[in-house]
Amino acid sequence: MSNAEAKPSITDISASVHTSLLADTEFLNNLQRQMHKFATLQLADAHLAEDAVQEALIGALKNAGAFGGRSALKTWVFAILKNKIVDILRQKQRMVEVSALMHEDEEEDEDFSELFDKKGYWQADERPAAWGNPEASLREGQFWRVFEACLENLPGHQARVFMMREFIELDSHEICTAVGITVSNLNVMLHRSRIRLRKCLESHWFVKGESLC
Amino acid sequence: MLNCQNVTRLYSESQERPLTLQERMSVKMHVMMCSGCRNFGEQMHILRQAARTYVQGADGHADKT
Repeated sequence: MSNAEAKPSITDISASVHTSLLADTEFLNNLQRQMHKFATLQLADAHLAEDAVQEALIGALKNAGAFGGRSALKTWVFAILKNKIVDILRQKQRMVEVSALMHEDEEEDEDFSELFDKKGYWQADERPAAWGNPEASLREGQFWRVFEACLENLPGHQARVFMMREFIELDSHEICTAVGITVSNLNVMLHRSRIRLRKCLESHWFVKGESLC
Repeated sequence: MLNCQNVTRLYSESQERPLTLQERMSVKMHVMMCSGCRNFGEQMHILRQAARTYVQGADGHADKT
């Protein structure tokens, strides 16, 4: 879809399909907002993100009658969006902007040394505690609000590359080309994102327990 | 002998490449004695699991009704 072309609103998209699900404009507007936020994070380009979201929504809503509820529709539409994002990222690989390479040095001096003592062992108050039953947390709505907040608080491109790797499941070389960084730099960014996410989830969700090292 | 800082790096690297036999043995020896690193390793799996179920989780549990 070109930028000059008028983009359909949620109401336009759903106007031709009459189901109770699509009548819920609040749900659809909220869904579109979440999709746009996610696509913008991954593509780092609001226009490309808007195109991906619109195409994913149109694709999903054509078959909206087949969905039993909001969860099924949202899972389906995000699966389409994920594929759209992969397509766009792969197209962009052929024209990586040199400016993207400037991000490579971000926070180069951050090494989390404050987590460890001089010998490289955990500081007493930084040692990872047991998380009890984390699988149960994945079934709680509030956990996901904390997870999302922790993700949003990651600096620089860390949230983007973490979700590219773990949610979109791109391989390292594809991420490096899309973001404009080297493999070794990507590994450092992924390591930092995991350390920060782990610490954030432990601090804001999981209850600290006793552990000895 | 690995320290905790090395072990956290190896756990993270293991998500990107297969560790060598020596690396795996060294990590295994370390976590036998270090519950902090043992917890860290388990939590790396949880992070991956959370990321991969992100969409379903973020909406599914609020909408099941």
